[in-house]
Amino acid sequence: MANNNDITHSKKYNIKNITKSSAFSSFTAALMAIFLGMIFGFIIMLIAAPEKAVAGFRFVLLGGLKRIGDVFYFATPIIMTGLSVGFAFKMGLFNIGASGQYTMGMFFALYVGFMMDLPSGIHWIVAILAGILGGMIWGFIPGVFKALLNVNEVITSIMFNYIGMYLVDMMIQTNETMYISTMARTKYLPQSVQIPSLGIQGSNVNLGIIFAILIGIGLYMVLQKTTFGYELKATGYNKFAAEYAGMRVKTNIIITMVIAGGLAGLGGALAILAPSAIAGSSMTYEPINRIAAAGFNGIAVALLGSSHPIGIIFASIFISHIQRGGTLASLVGYKPEIIDVVIAVIIYFSAFAMIMNAGLARLLMKLVKHDDKVPNNTKGAE
Amino acid sequence: MENYIVEMLNITKKFPGIIANDNITLRLKKGEIHALLGENGAGKSTLMSVLFGLYRPEIGEIRKNGEIVKINNPNDANDLGIGMVHQHFKLVDIFTVLENIILGVEPNTMGFIQKKDARKKVVELSEKYGLRVDPDNLIENITVGMQQRVEILKMLYRDNEILIFDEPTAVLTPQEIKELLQIMKGFAEEGKSILFITHKLNEIMEVADRCTVLRKGKYIGTVDIKDSSKEELSRMMVGRDISFTVQKEKREPGEVVLSVRNLTVQSKNNKNNAVKNVSFDVRAGEIVCLAGIDGNGQTEFVHALTGLQKSTSGNINLMGNDITNASIRQRSINGMSHIPEDRHKHGLVLDYKLEENLVLQRYWEPEFQKGGFIKFDSVRKYSEGLIDKFDIRSGQGPITIARSMSGGNQQKAIIAREIDKKHELLVAVQPTRGLDVGAIEYVHKQLVQRRDEGKAVFLVSLELDEVMNVSDRILVIYEGEIVGELDPKKITVQELGLYMSGAKRDNIKENNNGE
Repeated sequence: MANNNDITHSKKYNIKNITKSSAFSSFTAALMAIFLGMIFGFIIMLIAAPEKAVAGFRFVLLGGLKRIGDVFYFATPIIMTGLSVGFAFKMGLFNIGASGQYTMGMFFALYVGFMMDLPSGIHWIVAILAGILGGMIWGFIPGVFKALLNVNEVITSIMFNYIGMYLVDMMIQTNETMYISTMARTKYLPQSVQIPSLGIQGSNVNLGIIFAILIGIGLYMVLQKTTFGYELKATGYNKFAAEYAGMRVKTNIIITMVIAGGLAGLGGALAILAPSAIAGSSMTYEPINRIAAAGFNGIAVALLGSSHPIGIIFASIFISHIQRGGTLASLVGYKPEIIDVVIAVIIYFSAFAMIMNAGLARLLMKLVKHDDKVPNNTKGAE
Repeated sequence: MENYIVEMLNITKKFPGIIANDNITLRLKKGEIHALLGENGAGKSTLMSVLFGLYRPEIGEIRKNGEIVKINNPNDANDLGIGMVHQHFKLVDIFTVLENIILGVEPNTMGFIQKKDARKKVVELSEKYGLRVDPDNLIENITVGMQQRVEILKMLYRDNEILIFDEPTAVLTPQEIKELLQIMKGFAEEGKSILFITHKLNEIMEVADRCTVLRKGKYIGTVDIKDSSKEELSRMMVGRDISFTVQKEKREPGEVVLSVRNLTVQSKNNKNNAVKNVSFDVRAGEIVCLAGIDGNGQTEFVHALTGLQKSTSGNINLMGNDITNASIRQRSINGMSHIPEDRHKHGLVLDYKLEENLVLQRYWEPEFQKGGFIKFDSVRKYSEGLIDKFDIRSGQGPITIARSMSGGNQQKAIIAREIDKKHELLVAVQPTRGLDVGAIEYVHKQLVQRRDEGKAVFLVSLELDEVMNVSDRILVIYEGEIVGELDPKKITVQELGLYMSGAKRDNIKENNNGE
């Protein structure tokens, strides 16, 4: 159910069809998960420090609104990795390698940023494209292994998370143009390669969020409207039937992984090429041998958004929102980790909110049935 | 007052968009075999699921020995002595026969399973009723027929006295069917009561005492078999007269459409060849049937023919094009339509809507896409046409999810899709498997109509009646080889049976090659 296809192409929409559609039930399930997660989070805050809980919780809920720019900035990479995971999942592939693809995307973008001297109008665009390319390569390899040798993509892409991360750390540390060893981070990127800012004061938000949202909508169109999306979902639902219908399942697996990788790679590029709110500085990469968290957050938002591109956009913005709020909760003395607990609970609930949702729907049906005596059964059932 | 062991009174069960059971009453006497007959989607399985506690009815009550009982789950049913052999077996493949039988009621001391007593009981039961099984064999290693015996033993092991058989013969060979019917009779003599769901009228006539007929969710009636006839039952079931013989005119076959030469295909399960050096032709305007007992290489042959599997050697020629190594799409474009054996595995994307399934072979054609974008208006219009033309029934028309449709209508959808597509050769693999007489008549009509339109039809069937009635020419396959090429008008069923069981064979390679 989680990866269900949803929108009826019918023009004969009515409210009954909408409430019955799986997109709607995914949506209500996500809301329920969030609601329960929030309650649980509040309980934890109560236990941790009862007297500060209300103030702290208010920050969690509303704090993000004051940092709306940052909410969008931090949402951008998660949207991309979420789309990457969700897109692959539509084909029945679990792209746990979004982290590695994201890191490769970062590196390719950084490389173009530091090592190539291009006119300022196109430098950042080339860097973004390079990031996409980097991610694509890192998605292509597990895709090929899966398609041609039937090696489980989960295993390959976990391996490639590590390979990618160590490789990038090594290459950055050995590159003097990019790396400042005393600071243990990369240098500031030249202005020409930074993505144009959206101009919100004191925030890093930039054009990237617009790209991410547009790409999400684009993916939605691809999945819903194109023959490729049709093949992709058919393969995800039943690869035997896809094969029987003459679809090139193996090629499609590779293409899907390449696209998924490209999406995550773009996430990396958009994250690293962001302008900094502080003049003269920019985002930096720290080679500290750690797998990028963005990939795993991507899995979480893909789950919360039921692999639906639009759902993923909203899920990412929401997660980013409460993360910002969680940071602010430290103003009243909470550790920011508390918000990670809340997020974890939300994700946890979203996994079985679908089930609770079905129960809720049945309850509603029962309540409604008393008014609705005319059975809805004759049409077409004959 | 008759002695009814189970009564289901005025059962009504609704699903969104459909009333699956509409005020149905079924009374089962002690010690009888009671058949439950109805078309696909008539509500038989729903009714049995209600009795077995899988669904709860909105209206109606169930009585056992005259007392009202509540059955909320299969455990309740089991406590009341009701057991069921499901159409799709519920067995753990990697467990042994014995482990499966005791599953859920494992005899144990302090949590340690005591298999010894269980084994004794199982062996006793299997000897008593002639249900031959090896208790230590793994389920994945035994035949479907044996798996069914395991399911039956499960019921007996639990001392069930009301036995539900949900289309038990659909998966069996003719020999196994005979044995099963004998076993069922034995149970009835023992005083066990049997509910037998089927749509095979011959079997009902052979074993059942009474028969209850459902049609489109409604109760039609209950008849005594000894006062009834096949014709009456089928009329009750379908609501009109059904012809059991296939009407077809004599027709001279035309050009060769499909030509298979020396085809050898490896088995799916081991390294042996499942298909050995097979050669034959199929011409325009004839129905050639590949007959044989299940597991003699039919599946592998069809997979090699349709491109789902690679052949080892030999070649396949369709309309003058060598398609031995062509892709599935290429074969389709060259004029091959394929009604697959397993409609759930290959034939449909069950989570797709009906309309999306109806264009599964054609979505890439200019009629349905432009620049990679699917033309949903055309898809809708096309599928509405097909639904109309082929009388595909479903809850919500084109937007029905295929999974929610009845088996017969799923098959109709596949047939509609494959027949409406441009084709010269129709490969139909067990196209009537699991269908009721009305639907079977429909499928046979469609096949004959293709033939009359001058298409070549290649039919693979396990059903002797179908082989004899529909085909113009019979090829018998035994252990991967064609052992006979027969004319259905000139041979008897018995003779055909001898070929199928390998007791008789012709050397037909020469005259088949000699074009």
